[in-house]
This record gives sequence, structure tokens and C-alpha cells, in this order.
Amino acid sequence: MTAAEAGPVAAAESDVRVEFEGVDKSYDGRTLVVEDFNLTIRKGEFVTLLGPSGSGKTTILMMLAGFQSPTAGTIRIDGRSVEELPPRKRGIGMVFQNYALFPHMTVGRNLAFPLEVRGLNAEERQERVERALQLVRLEGLEDRRPGQLSGGQQQRVAIARALVFEPDLVLMDEPLGALDRSLREEMQYEIRRIHRELAVTVVYVTHDQQEAMVMSDRIAVLKKGVVEQIAPPEALYEEPERAFVARFIGENNRLHGRVVTVDGDLCEVETGRERIRALRIADCEPGDQVTLSIRPERIAVNPEPGVYGNQVGATIRDLAFLGDHLRVRMDACGREDFIAKIPNIVGHGGILVGDTVRVGWTVTDCRALNHEEKED
Amino acid sequence: MIAPGRERFRALALVLPLLVFILITFIAPLATMLVRSVHDPVVADALPATLASLDGWDGEGLPDEAAYEAIARELVQAREDRTLGQVAGRVNRVQSGLRSVFTRSARSLRDVTEGPWRDALEEIDEAWADPATWHAIRATGQRFTGRHYLNAVDMQRLPDGSVARQPEERRIYLPLLWRTLVVSAVITLLCLLLGYPVAHLIAHAPERRANLLLALVLVPFWTSLLVRTTAWIVLLQTQGVVNDLLVSIGLVGDDGRLAMIYNMTGTIIAMTHVLLPFMVLPLYSVMRAIPGQYMNAAASLGARPAQAFLRVYWPQTLPGVGAGSLLVFILAIGYYITPALVGGSSGQLISNMVAYHMQTSLNWGLAAALGGILLAGVLALYLLYDRLVGIERLSLG
Ligand SMILES: Nc1ncnc2c1ncn2[C@@H]1O[C@H](COP(=O)(O)OP(=O)(O)OP(=O)(O)O)[C@@H](O)[C@H]1O
Ligand SMILES: [Mg+2]
Repeated sequence: MTAAEAGPVAAAESDVRVEFEGVDKSYDGRTLVVEDFNLTIRKGEFVTLLGPSGSGKTTILMMLAGFQSPTAGTIRIDGRSVEELPPRKRGIGMVFQNYALFPHMTVGRNLAFPLEVRGLNAEERQERVERALQLVRLEGLEDRRPGQLSGGQQQRVAIARALVFEPDLVLMDEPLGALDRSLREEMQYEIRRIHRELAVTVVYVTHDQQEAMVMSDRIAVLKKGVVEQIAPPEALYEEPERAFVARFIGENNRLHGRVVTVDGDLCEVETGRERIRALRIADCEPGDQVTLSIRPERIAVNPEPGVYGNQVGATIRDLAFLGDHLRVRMDACGREDFIAKIPNIVGHGGILVGDTVRVGWTVTDCRALNHEEKED
Repeated sequence: MIAPGRERFRALALVLPLLVFILITFIAPLATMLVRSVHDPVVADALPATLASLDGWDGEGLPDEAAYEAIARELVQAREDRTLGQVAGRVNRVQSGLRSVFTRSARSLRDVTEGPWRDALEEIDEAWADPATWHAIRATGQRFTGRHYLNAVDMQRLPDGSVARQPEERRIYLPLLWRTLVVSAVITLLCLLLGYPVAHLIAHAPERRANLLLALVLVPFWTSLLVRTTAWIVLLQTQGVVNDLLVSIGLVGDDGRLAMIYNMTGTIIAMTHVLLPFMVLPLYSVMRAIPGQYMNAAASLGARPAQAFLRVYWPQTLPGVGAGSLLVFILAIGYYITPALVGGSSGQLISNMVAYHMQTSLNWGLAAALGGILLAGVLALYLLYDRLVGIERLSLG
């Protein structure tokens, strides 16, 4: 599957829940914290905004929820522009980063709140509250106050409250940020389960790429308010289109060099002494600076001659056995931190630290991306 | 490693100065005042023999000759000891007119050396033939007495020992106490109504603007109370700024200028202003701890702004509301200087009456009893608050 197939182009009009169209946002009137943001979210889709701190994720969510208004551009929910629509009329369930459970109300009252303000009668409220608690597996905790719950339980209550009034769209802003690792993983699967069961549309925010990979149908990678790439997790990993994405998602080897020749989809890049052939992803011409990206697990050590389009010499600097793979650190292509991962399937050919070896990789596993000066 | 005993001693030594200070400047005067409200030895010390001879008196008719002899000798003695004035003053409070009877009798008795004493005294003043005089002596002669408290709630002890309400025209303290409570409640409410939005504004403004606004709230705090009160006089008097303004925009006629000072209105306006910071600060500190996220959450859950405020924001500010109200109310029922300056005669509160009895009538016992009642009222409020809200949720700035 490619990004284009899963992307907005394929979606039928009626299938669309949320559209961002050319959305800009500036708080101070000078700097844009979100710039030309375009995203179409289909019904039932789980889309994650992923980016480092300050990249504008919360701002985008707040604009969608109605707590901030765009400086330019349009946001549509179910085909309707929401510019004039106050938050309470958008029908969006929201899970806040610090939960925002009302501390003076019991869990039951917290969950009943959105139902009360909608004028549901007591019986119906009770029934829905119970159902929501079942959904997040917190039956029997109605009478506790949020302060008497553990972090994970509070998290579940926050999710239940965002779902109890059966919104079509749920926003979650780093909902697992405050939880410890094992609880995080458990909650990731819980949220996925709930998403599957209810088939709601979810817009999720995180700065944890692994979390984004685990949960999302599609991920929008943001950098300083600009979208770098929007694609399903596999595509982001396998086919990054920007150097930032390649760096941010998973591990990779990055080589800087200058394009020597261009041949259709391919190009040849000079990095120090070597010439490396790569897929031409960035729109580059001979003489341009590019960044080459190669995943460590795609690198073969001492391969059969002629199998791989790229082969270079390397010196082993360090070896680490990590169970499922052997992590090899070496000097290659002018870098001291060139990494290869050798899967623990058939042993690894008796490499020792200090050995001089040849390493190779295919042309299609090597992507020539835009040049990134700084690696911040 | 310091031994625990020594550590405890050091902790004690550190708090000792404050402890002594509080003891001397606060606890001791308070205790003295409370004692004074029930304990008055002046008459008992000055007229011991008289009181002893009255022990056998049944209260009907007049006492026997021995009592007359005793009072005659002790009045002369008191005059020499210069305690006569105090004694006469106390008796006079129970039975008015007796002050002059006592002083005149003491003066005239200098020349009388032997009895019959009853005739001599009755000749000086016929009040001595009135049993009420003797009841007054006996009543004031008790060292420990509830008389001041009875007085303070407009009651009196009749000669037969029963307790009854004062005659209509002499009931002043209960109505005044009631008025003080009502006025304090009104002031508390006004402070809440005026202070709540201000505190909200400050608590949720950007930091720099919040600091500026907070300074504005506190400026009155740093200004002398007298200056502030005088400013209100300038503003509110008949020829003052506010009246001039109202006349010039034609809202009231020149002859219809409003009386806004030297009456209850003046007291309420000036005291609301003085006490406002005591409402704003606790509210502010509570509100600042409420993240704006709660209101966002309420809105995203479908609540209208009014619903979000009433159901989510207001309940969370209740500790501040309670603290501010309690503080303002307690300060208001004991407030003295502002009503004294701008209250005129109709804007006086119970504390002004306490001051009157301390400074003018010198009836310290009654002043102490009024103070004791105020203190009990404040403690009762405090306990009530504790029962309803819990004192640990009290949040003061
Ligand atoms: N209310 C605001 N006023 C002014 N600037 C703001 C405001 N909120 C956010 N910003 C700025 O906008 C930029 C994007 O902030 P945003 O909160 O959207 O980032 P984020 O991606 O959610 O970061 P994080 O992962 O740290 O939550 C930041 O530079 C931030 O300083
Ligand atoms: Mg954020």
C-alpha cells in the first residue's frame, strides 16, 4: 500500500469526517506555529499528529476543538465549515493531556455531566454511564472522586467521559504522557480496542513515534508547524519522503553527499570517497546536497559480490548482541556511527571488532532525501 | 547528631519569642477582658461590712440599722480612699441617680459621728428610704456577676432575683447587634459580588497584567485607612464629587442631593471598599489553582458557558468564597474606625458601642461583655464553617 492509496484522494466525499484546508495559525501575528496545514480524515480513521515538542500538534487539535481559531484557512467537520461553531456544538469528545476530570465530582457525575447538559433523563444517563464504564473496564468506581484513582484509572475515566455522549469524533492530546511505560502500552491497546469497537474517528496527538506506529491508521509528521509527510505507519517507515521523517521514525543511517548524476528515479551521490546509488526522492539535480537514508536492518555484512547495488568498505568498531539481532557499529562512508543490524537467524559469520569488511545494500533501500543541515 | 531532647528544646527556643509575644499582646488582654466581663470587685472591696450586714436582709422593706451604720462608715472611708467615684458609678448603672446620692451622702456624713444612722442618712437623701437603693448595692457587691452579659443582651435582674427583658426604650444592644450582623452580611455580599469577577480576571489574566491588577487591588492596603476614609468623605458628602456629578448630569436635583455619608450608606460603602482585598485575595489564590482546561473540558462536553461556570467553576471556588466571606464578615462585625468616622449616628456598629463604654462611660465590664459576645459569635461562625466546609479547606491568600 502506498501513501496515495490510503490518502485523501481515494476517499469519497461522504466518507470524509474532517478536512483541514490551508490552515495557518499565529498567536502573536508574526510567527506561524502552524503553516499551510492540509489533512483529510475519513470516518472511522485513527489519525495521529506526531512531532517534537512545540511543533504545533496541540494547536491543531485546539483549532479543531474550537478553542483556537485559525489565522487563515478552513476547517470542515462533516463537510461543514466550523468557523462560527462554538466548541460545545462541535460534538467532539476530547481527552486532555492532564485528563481535566472535574475534581469536585465523582466519577459517575463526571461521566453524567455531558449527558445532563444535553438534557437526558436520569434513567438514560445511568444506563449510558454504566455502558461507558464497562467499555473502559472500570465498573463499580462510580462513587470515587478522581483524586482517589490511579493515573491509569483517571485516564480511562477521561476516555469514558469523552465517549459517553457518543460523539463521532474524539480528540486525544498526549493522553498517555503521564503514565509509566507498561501502563502506556496497555492503554495503547485499550484505546485501539475501543476505537475498533465503536468505530469512531480519532485524532490523536503524541510525540512518541512508537506509540504513533502502534495505534494509527495514518500519521501526520509535523516539524515546526509544517507537515513533513502524511502516511500510514509502514509507508512512513519504508518510504520516508523527508530526511526529518526518516530520522524521526525508527533508526537509520544518514549520509550527506552531493549528487553527481541523475537518471530518472535514480541518482548517484558522492559521499567522501564512495559513490552511492540511490532512489531519487528529493527533487535534486547534479551538484545538489542530499541526505541519504539507509535502514540498518537492510545492510548486509560481507555479502556475495554483485548482489547489492552499493558496496563499501568498513571497519568494525563495536558489536552488541541484543537477542533478536546483532548490532554492528562501524566506520564507513566517512562516518564512525554507521550501524548495521544482523538478524539472529543463522549466526553472523564470525565478525570481530577491528575486522575490515565490506557492507552492501540495494539501491532501492537507499533514499536520497532533502539535505538537512542540522540534526536537531 | 543532636539528641532528640535537645532538638526539641531548640525548636521550642526558636518559637519562644513569638509565643511570648502572642501571650503578652494577645492572649493576656483577651483573658483579662473576659475576666472583667464577669468579675468586678470594686464595690465588694469598698463596702465589705455593708454587704455582710445585708446578708440577713430578706429584700422586703428596708434593712436594719446595722446596714445603715456600715454604709455610713464605709462611704466616708471610700471617700478618703478615693474609690467613692468608682463605687458610685457602678451603683448608678443599676439605679440611676445614685451617683449623686452617694457622693453627697459621703460628703455630709463627715460631720456625723454617731447614730441613729438611718435617720441621718434619710435626712441627707430620701433615696436611703427606698429599698431599690439597697438592692442596687447588693447587686453590685457581687464579685462574680452575669450582670454585664444580661445588660449586653438587654436583660436585667429584677429585685426579686428573676431575669426579665429591659423596658422597651432601654433595649439598645440587641438591635445594635442585629444591625451589625445584617450590615456585615450586606458588606460580605457586596464584597463577594464585586470581588469575584475581579479575582477571576486577575487569576486568569496573562502574568504581567495579573501582577498589575493585583497591585491595584493591594494599593488601598498600603494606603492609610484614614486617608482612604477621608477620600470617601470627599466623594460622598452632600457637596461632594458624586453628588456634584449626579446633579450636573441631571439625575438628581440640586435640592435632592443624596445623603450618602454619616449614615448607614456611608458605613457600608466605605467598609466594603476597605474589606474588598480580604475577599479578592483568597478568591484569587483559589481561582489561580483552577486550570483553564476545566472550562475547555466543560465546553467540549457540551456545556453552555453559564452551565460550565455554575457546575464546574463555581463549586471549585467555594473554599475561596468561604474563606473570603468568613474573613470579611468577621472583620466587619468587629470593625470600629470606619463607622466611627463616616457612620454618623445611624451608621454605628456594636464595636462603636464597645469603644463608647471603654472610653466615655468607663463601663469596662459591659464593654468586655459585648466583646465577649462578639468573640463567641465569631467562634460559632468558625465552627459552623468547619462543620459545613471543613476548616482545612479554608484557603487564605
Ligand atoms: N496560547 C499560546 N500563545 C502563544 N503561543 C503559543 C500558545 N500555545 C502554543 N504556543 C506556541 O505555539 C507553538 C506550538 O505549540 P503547541 O502547543 O501546539 O506544540 P505541541 O506540538 O503541542 O508541543 P508539545 O509536544 O510540547 O505539547 C509553540 O512554539 C508554542 O510556544
Ligand atoms: Mg501539546
